[in-house]
Amino acid sequence: MIKLDAKIPEGPIEDKWQTWLDRHSLVGPRNRAGKNVIVIGTGLAGSSAAASLAAEGFRVKAFCFQDSPRRAHSIAAQGGINAAKDFANEGDSVRRLFVDTMKGGDFRSREANVWRLAQLSENIIDQAVAQGVPFNREYGGSLATRSFGGVLVQRTFYSRGQTGQQLMLGAYSALQHQVAAGNAEVFNRHEMLDVVLVDGVARGVIVRNLVTGEIERHAGDAVILASGGYTNVYYLSTNAMGSNVTAIWRAHRQGALMANPCYTQIHPTCIPQSGEYQSKLTLMSESLRNDGRVWVPRSPDETRTPGDIPEAERYYFLEERYPAFGNLAPRDIASRAAKTVCDDGLGVGGTGRGVYLDFRDAIAEHGRDTIERKYGNLFDMYSKITGDDPYRTPMMIYPAPHYAMGGLWVDYELQTTIPGLFAIGEANFSDHGANRLGASALMQTLADGYFIVPHTVTDYMTRSGDAVGTDDSAFEATQDKVETHIAALVDVGGSTVAQDFHQRLGNVMLDKCGLARNAEGLTEALGEIRRIKAEFWSDLRVDPGVEELNQSLEYANRVSDFLELGELMCHDALRHEESCGGHFREEYETPDGEALRDDEHFAKVTAWEYKGDEGDPVPHDEQLTFENIKLATRSYK
Amino acid sequence: MNFKLVIWRQHGPDEEGSFETHEVAGIDPDASFLEMLDQLNARLGREKRPSIAFDSDCREGICGACSLVIDGTPHGPQQVTSCQTYMRDFVDGATIKVEPYRSNVLPVIRDLVVDRSALDRVIEAGGFISTTTGPQPNPNAMPIAPKVQEQAMDAAVCIGCGACVAACPNGSAVLFTGAKVTHLNLLPQGQPEREDRAFNMVNQMDEEGFGGCTNFGECSRACPQEISLDVIGMLNREYRKGAAAQRPKHRSEMIAQ
Repeated sequence: MIKLDAKIPEGPIEDKWQTWLDRHSLVGPRNRAGKNVIVIGTGLAGSSAAASLAAEGFRVKAFCFQDSPRRAHSIAAQGGINAAKDFANEGDSVRRLFVDTMKGGDFRSREANVWRLAQLSENIIDQAVAQGVPFNREYGGSLATRSFGGVLVQRTFYSRGQTGQQLMLGAYSALQHQVAAGNAEVFNRHEMLDVVLVDGVARGVIVRNLVTGEIERHAGDAVILASGGYTNVYYLSTNAMGSNVTAIWRAHRQGALMANPCYTQIHPTCIPQSGEYQSKLTLMSESLRNDGRVWVPRSPDETRTPGDIPEAERYYFLEERYPAFGNLAPRDIASRAAKTVCDDGLGVGGTGRGVYLDFRDAIAEHGRDTIERKYGNLFDMYSKITGDDPYRTPMMIYPAPHYAMGGLWVDYELQTTIPGLFAIGEANFSDHGANRLGASALMQTLADGYFIVPHTVTDYMTRSGDAVGTDDSAFEATQDKVETHIAALVDVGGSTVAQDFHQRLGNVMLDKCGLARNAEGLTEALGEIRRIKAEFWSDLRVDPGVEELNQSLEYANRVSDFLELGELMCHDALRHEESCGGHFREEYETPDGEALRDDEHFAKVTAWEYKGDEGDPVPHDEQLTFENIKLATRSYK
Repeated sequence: MNFKLVIWRQHGPDEEGSFETHEVAGIDPDASFLEMLDQLNARLGREKRPSIAFDSDCREGICGACSLVIDGTPHGPQQVTSCQTYMRDFVDGATIKVEPYRSNVLPVIRDLVVDRSALDRVIEAGGFISTTTGPQPNPNAMPIAPKVQEQAMDAAVCIGCGACVAACPNGSAVLFTGAKVTHLNLLPQGQPEREDRAFNMVNQMDEEGFGGCTNFGECSRACPQEISLDVIGMLNREYRKGAAAQRPKHRSEMIAQ
């Protein structure tokens, strides 16, 4: 029986992290160059962790499947990053950020982690500014902030609508600085395909050089997975084409538990799907809801253009249903509300799955210039994609899969259930509970990467024992396993490309394990996914050459893991017999259609153990405790 | 919509490439150029023919991975990234030529995929502020006028796609390098390393084999982020200062150091 120990330090919540820091073991400066750390993924979490550890003097190898570390999908984050600095003088504090995050996550996250996140949020802004990140400024030259969903303060720092890009380039430049200093080495176009365990401890990885196809062994004293989230399991999502679950899934198959996999975020403001050919969905930053008003026509038979519909015939459904937060209701609630009005036949656009996001009033009140300064690049992006001009006609938006709150289970030290294997950023099950608030992902990735994992990995390496060489039999056995899997994909020799299977999986997941779920649908989904998986392994077509750049092989390999993840998500959604945050079970709702939690049975983290291709996964629970915040029904009314 | 595609195929870095013609039919005008290529690849797969390799990731114009040359223009006709180029921008029935970037410094790996690691090495030469993780000063203790922030940001938005290099008749990377130097050298945080940064990055650019700038301006016209030629002027000024600072100073100054 696996015992999940979160290793939370004792003492008052304000002091826990300092207590941990004061006690942890250190590696002396002279000995650091002898310690090797492997980092998988170079997004905000991976780059910041790699740069920080390298700057301390450890030897770091960073791997990314993209052609440059700068292209990791953190680059696409738009709206901003939260920090409890209270520059807007609203009485904001670490406690308030803690409370907002706990409540926003519908009370399904760990108190001690969230408090630490709120504490570290302030340092992140300072760090980024020191790197030259050009945050927006007020007229006097001080940092500007704005508001995001689910909160009543303005604690979000931003660089136009490209905050993720600027933070990413800051972390990337810090990493390149360490490459220049000789402490870090970057392996671009390399994909991790397995973690190597020796006596149950992570000692290295097997990666594929995507250009030559060579399977390489890399040994390390610790391995950090910063490989991002898995919402591409839905096929269409706001993630990048290459975003995948492979690194964490292979770790899961080796014994790392996977926590709350069904907690996925469907983001309310995305450009609606327009056709079957579509390969991804594009997010429009939540920051737009600061000034944009969300509405649909009151009549399902409405045929007029939006500008011609009078005020009285517009249904501002977020403002009416959630007067306190209005258009800035949290993401899970805003998404479900959009789905509900569309289910009622009020949706707009060609497919009827869309709602208006209207800037008419904001432009009238603040002027076009102000709106352009705040959101210019987002408006440009929208008009490039749709051909519409959002300054004149409302945007059309609809929810789309965006973020995975679930991920590898980690303790307070961000270590998985495999010693020596750490998971940070979106790859871990994280601090966001069952729903992430806007502008909190950047905060968490950078808290993990700059300020937490460098210390916890250092502490671990003081007792990790002697490094194991790549000539160890465990490396050979794991490499064999990887090569067998690749050969199996190529050898299917069918005539359906991976994209087709991926699309079919996505349709099942979105329909039955998406915005709303129920037991019947989830059970059906399990059967359907197994059928798709069987067909995948009997009719897959992959280009034959494995010792060369082979994108069809890369894709098929990722889809093979998504198929397995999809099953686990359905198991998880079935087990959580309640509604909370992004997980909405139709059997459990309040009379007015809000999520109905069951704290007595489900105030816990469900961490799943892999039991082989044939066996059913086994759940393990980590009970959550609430000593610093009272469990309460979430209300944004 | 229907199109005839003339596409560059090249099996590996050291092999000869050639153009191959494919026809695609029934394409939705709102499909992106890359989604059109996805459909072609799905068909090639069904026909058990090798798919066409091309880079893409975010498909929303920010990661800088996509890198096609469409009808002779890097990214395509609209001065947006390849991924944000839509089939509605082409005439139905048109013949479209698709190539990789053509630059000795960004060599072809396969088909339409090129190696852009030279750009990473230019950043490595000085495209950063030498700070490490740890306690930092209060950011409001160093006010930055919104105008300066805006100018820095206009340069900082570079996505590193390399279209500027592909567009330049000399294969120069000065728009890319100028954008990073402008971003960092305008900000107070960038001042201590200001001179070395420009000097070292330009030297690295030369070492990689990028060409010199002779003011064609094609780079800025191809740039999906519309980065202004002003950054090249800034780069030149900063480089001159940097080069001057490298020369030995008066003897008294040298002793003082």
